Amino acid sequence: MMKKIDTCGMSCPQPVLMTKNALDSSPDGLDILVDNNTARENVERFLKHSGYSVLVKEEGDIFTLEARK
Amino acid sequence: MKGRKGIILAGGLVGIISVLLVHFGNPANMGFCIACFIRDIAGGIGLHRAEVVQYIRPEVIGLVLGAFIISFKSREFESRGGSSPFIRFILGTVVMIGALIFLGCPLRMVLRLGGGDLNAIFGIAGFIFGIFIGVQFLNKGFNLKRNYRLAGSEGYVFPVVNVGLFILLLVAPTSIFFSESGPGSLTAPMAMSLIAGLIVGVLAQRTRLCMVGGTRDMILFKDSYLLLGFVSIIVFSFIANKIFGYFTLGFEGQPVAHTDGLWNFLGMTLVGWGSILLGGCPLRQLILSGEGNTDSVVSVMGMLVGAAIAHNFGLASSAEGVTANGKIAVIICFVFLGVISYVNSEGLVKKRLKTREMV
Repeated sequence: MMKKIDTCGMSCPQPVLMTKNALDSSPDGLDILVDNNTARENVERFLKHSGYSVLVKEEGDIFTLEARK
Repeated sequence: MKGRKGIILAGGLVGIISVLLVHFGNPANMGFCIACFIRDIAGGIGLHRAEVVQYIRPEVIGLVLGAFIISFKSREFESRGGSSPFIRFILGTVVMIGALIFLGCPLRMVLRLGGGDLNAIFGIAGFIFGIFIGVQFLNKGFNLKRNYRLAGSEGYVFPVVNVGLFILLLVAPTSIFFSESGPGSLTAPMAMSLIAGLIVGVLAQRTRLCMVGGTRDMILFKDSYLLLGFVSIIVFSFIANKIFGYFTLGFEGQPVAHTDGLWNFLGMTLVGWGSILLGGCPLRQLILSGEGNTDSVVSVMGMLVGAAIAHNFGLASSAEGVTANGKIAVIICFVFLGVISYVNSEGLVKKRLKTREMV
């Protein structure tokens, strides 16, 4: 089971910071929940910069970003 | 208009439009200045009586409505709020006081540099220093807690208020104020100012342009995206100023500026640090306000009140320099930012609790 973090309601740069910190303890991958486009773009950009592949799933207003090494 | 090209283009257009606004009547190096313009609006509706800075600036109204229209169209508009509203209000006040010590928000700071005003270098140094301090607290877990989805109507109120403000400007009843001299009397034609605001509002909403985010993301994540926008504004406003013959290099005699390097530095340190805690510069707060984010609306209201306080209490600087009251206010604001940063940094507070348990 991949580790999951919920960044809903947090405004930038918090979602990216939370992602960065969570990756320190689970460097193989992570599922990140975000609830707005800005956070989605920022987290996705950060993950790609850090060498992860990202799959975005949209359910209603919530996006799940699946980051894998 | 995505990616690095998008943000460079947006920054470039902001730089060029700013110089055009000066060409058509705005004060020099002040095509856009969120702090100055909110201050002028505070004067326009009589919240302060500094006669030289009173005008309901249509640029601000345009920015909010531009962001509103484009976010509504792209389905990014959403009523949100509830993330430490009163702390944000006071942070807005602090940012405004810092900006009026320096005489410009971060956007005008880069426009001043693009116009050859070297005093802006002290401002930029202070701004980066302030961002650096703020980032240290972000790394220690600083946050203002989450926001929430609010009643659908909540986010529409601020754009509607801005429409009301524009109507007020058009009708111009005797109860609103118009400067007859000074920066507040220097204005581009109303329609042009509104359209310029609308265009920049759309660009800034799409690209998330933010003056404080550039340096912050570079330090935190080595991400240069937003910084490209920041640099692009300097480069393109410089080119446009050169073309129009407005570029004058130097420290002395710069328009709506003073030469006190130390207080230019400290004023912008407040702005940088405060904006980091708010999550974005004054421009970004206006854009988010148009997107339905009422936390940002509260920050903007804090700036409005901050502007009134700055002039009613004699804190704001002028071309003559910084006032004694202004210096005292800066020190009080630093203490406030220090306390807010500390008590909201989860890492620091937990550490203190742990130490207490061990004793």
